[in-house]
Amino acid sequence: MNEAIAPVSTADYLARHEAKGLLRFLTCGSVDDGKSTLIGRLLYDTKLLFEDQLATLAADSRKHGTAGDDLDFALLVDGLAAEREQGITIDVAYRFFATERRKFIVADTPGHEQYTRNMATGASNSDVAVILVDARKGILTQTRRHSFIVSLLGLKDVVLAVNKIDLMDYSQSVFDQIVADYRAFAAEFGFRTLVPIPISARHGDNVIGRSANTPWYDGPSLLDHLDTLEVESGAMTRPFRLPVQWVNRPNLNFRGFSGTVASGTVRVGETVVIAGSGATSRVASIVTADGELPHAGAGQAVTLTLEDEIDASRGDVIAAADARPDVSDQFAAHLIWMHEDSLLPGRPYLMKIGTRTVVMSVTEIKHRIDVNSFQKLAAKTLALNDVAVVNIATHDPIALDRFTEIPQTGAFIVIDRMTNQTVGAGMVDFGLRRATNVHWQALDVSKASRSGLKLQKPAVLWFTGLSGAGKSTIANLVEKRLNALGRHTYLLDGDNVRHGLNKDLGFTDADRVENIRRVAEVAGLMVDAGLIVLVSFISPFRAERQMARERLETGEFVEIFVDTPLEVAEERDVKGLYKRARAGLIQNFTGIDSPYEPPLDPEITIESGALAAEAAAEHIFAFLLDKGYLS
Amino acid sequence: MSSERMTHLRRLEAESIFIMREVAAEFRNPVMLYSIGKDSAVMLHLAAKAFYPAPPPFPLMHIDTTWKFREMIAFRDAMAARLGFKLLVHTNQDGLAKGINPFDHGSSLYTHVMKTEALKEALTLHGFDAAFGGARRDEEKSRAKERVFSFRTANHGWDPKSQRPELWNLYNARVRPGESIRVFPLSNWTELDIWQYILAENIPIVPLYLAADRPVVERDGQLIMVDDARLPLAPGEVPQMKRVRFRTLGCYPLTAAIESDADTLEAIVGEMLLARTSERAGRLIDHDEAASMEKKKREGYF
Repeated sequence: MNEAIAPVSTADYLARHEAKGLLRFLTCGSVDDGKSTLIGRLLYDTKLLFEDQLATLAADSRKHGTAGDDLDFALLVDGLAAEREQGITIDVAYRFFATERRKFIVADTPGHEQYTRNMATGASNSDVAVILVDARKGILTQTRRHSFIVSLLGLKDVVLAVNKIDLMDYSQSVFDQIVADYRAFAAEFGFRTLVPIPISARHGDNVIGRSANTPWYDGPSLLDHLDTLEVESGAMTRPFRLPVQWVNRPNLNFRGFSGTVASGTVRVGETVVIAGSGATSRVASIVTADGELPHAGAGQAVTLTLEDEIDASRGDVIAAADARPDVSDQFAAHLIWMHEDSLLPGRPYLMKIGTRTVVMSVTEIKHRIDVNSFQKLAAKTLALNDVAVVNIATHDPIALDRFTEIPQTGAFIVIDRMTNQTVGAGMVDFGLRRATNVHWQALDVSKASRSGLKLQKPAVLWFTGLSGAGKSTIANLVEKRLNALGRHTYLLDGDNVRHGLNKDLGFTDADRVENIRRVAEVAGLMVDAGLIVLVSFISPFRAERQMARERLETGEFVEIFVDTPLEVAEERDVKGLYKRARAGLIQNFTGIDSPYEPPLDPEITIESGALAAEAAAEHIFAFLLDKGYLS
Repeated sequence: MSSERMTHLRRLEAESIFIMREVAAEFRNPVMLYSIGKDSAVMLHLAAKAFYPAPPPFPLMHIDTTWKFREMIAFRDAMAARLGFKLLVHTNQDGLAKGINPFDHGSSLYTHVMKTEALKEALTLHGFDAAFGGARRDEEKSRAKERVFSFRTANHGWDPKSQRPELWNLYNARVRPGESIRVFPLSNWTELDIWQYILAENIPIVPLYLAADRPVVERDGQLIMVDDARLPLAPGEVPQMKRVRFRTLGCYPLTAAIESDADTLEAIVGEMLLARTSERAGRLIDHDEAASMEKKKREGYF
């Protein structure tokens, strides 16, 4: 940026600068392959470092540096104290530089497997990936993992930077071998361009200009390549999509739908459809603060007004009427898991796709993909950094596109409902069926008419607590009391159900989730039949109890926490299970080596240590009377 | 015009507008922090664009340390009125009563009490669940690491080692009561982008950015403006009139001026293209200790 500007006026310079395009790329690869050093080198050689920054760098290099008396460029980008102390990159850093042609935003991403989610974060917004390989080490597991994730996230243009070539005497055969190894496994990734370049980030060979040390190499330098590479995402020629972000209603005369065009173009007068409802209208105007536009294309933030008063709100997708997205509540997807807590099929999570957030669960893990061999492996759960092909069901139908066709409306993130952490990233492969083809059969006899005959309000009394807390004893007493009064009930007991319906399930976290999902479904059907259902299950996880609650209508789910301290339950040990678990004879025993998450806001808490079972049952019965369950 | 063919400034503008609309739609009670500087000026301008023809659906808030340049305060009130924002001003009354100032207490304690603590106090007082800030990733090394949606605990702390992954433009806005998100819509802008956009869009800025004759004293090689009588002068220290301007604006005793003749926007940009020091070099608080910005941010500083 400090090219001689004296002969050119500032106005000229700005005019040239304003016309520049923008390219975003990431550097990735294994630990110590020199990613941060490379970026430091680019900033240094494009003269983007200021004097005070250089002074700080020199001081830091003496203190933490690993480059002897030279400047350690990695310290320019490793901005966190923990990173500088440990000499590693933990999180993605964004850096900026420019050439005559382009402005660049670089995402410097971490190489450690532990921080793969941060690498994916950097990759998701990049146009090009620069994958580094240490010439001394060749292709490593992380090289494969990062290349795989780069391809999954839809990047098409890749640079294979074979770094530290100086340490291998600038050997052509070393370079050729690494390139051949890489091409062998990357062939199926579908990269449009793959350009291998031998470099030394530390000494600058082939980074900015061509190096005299590699006379056998006749390709471009890294910067020349990045400067001239044409990246055409094709977003303009794809069907029009605009996920509605915000409904703009300043007064009664204006109702606009604000959002960024995700793909394609739209013109005033064109017919568009609200994907979810299927309602169509024509575009009346395209409003911006800088005046109305005749047309708008991918990337532009606009506000559309429509000719008809049709219903649309945040989360809806406005689409081309002649090329609509799928609307489905089941789809297949690739999923990258990003959290230490495993993905459990059946557990409800949130997903955000476009501007829509819905409840979803993974109904099936088709297979996990080994990042080293790319083999398909069977899996019951997904651990941190696992990649898998899964089937997903959403609570409500959503508009979606195949990620490979329209990434902006085919990408989604997964959010844990309890912690609000972002725990996964997904790419839609295809809708499994049109939700509109699956209808609810309308039935003439309703839940209200069934329960009305029984003179009761149907409900689930959900007893949760540790093994041996006294759940079943209390539930049994409550049912006896209701039965004696002529009420219609059923008791689903954890142990009993595991002898039949759930005989195939064990006690892993994944099986516990499925166990509760099935029981919640059965209990839901029984409520529909008008019954008062007593469920006595340990049900250790909040997420699944919440799922059961949401399966029902408000007021139908009564959570009863049988709060018995572990010491008391273990002391009782009616079935001798604690003793066996302590002896290591039973795995995944709640309270011992598997967690119990107590309810945060249950309808009823029974401190079973203090209250006799009869008194507890009486307490629950009084609650039912009081709240009008027994009319 | 496709995103590939949009100029980088228009791409940045569209990205910022997208971020602001997400916040307005997803949060219960967002606020835009207004620091009165050039980045804030751009942020306000973008907010006005994002929600046009409606006014921005959130208030502005200024944390007033009482040590801002007088010109900044006048400019603040004029801008808020002009763009139709509701303006909230908050000062740490406890700090004010104790007379916390940058001279007697040092810049570190002063910044902590009058900026960081004041900010946390104001966010808690109003129950804001999202707060926009005008910080850019090119400013400083720890900023370069920060997400666009940056999660804060109920104590307003930042944990840089466990930030939420942030993929595509799918921002995770979910927080529990008391927790909040700091949102940085200008994350991907550089200093040059900011000036270029101000020039292109004719955005008003505080006149302190332009060169004029101002009374200054020189301390440790930095030029400090004598904005009012509260600046204690060392024995024999006499303010001198110099032609100076500011590359960055904060509290006047903590923000150094540079000697300059650049009295138009174009001249500023021209000067910047030749600059050999980064803008934060004029911020005295960053020099306090290594990793000082990260430390301040962990404690709740913007």
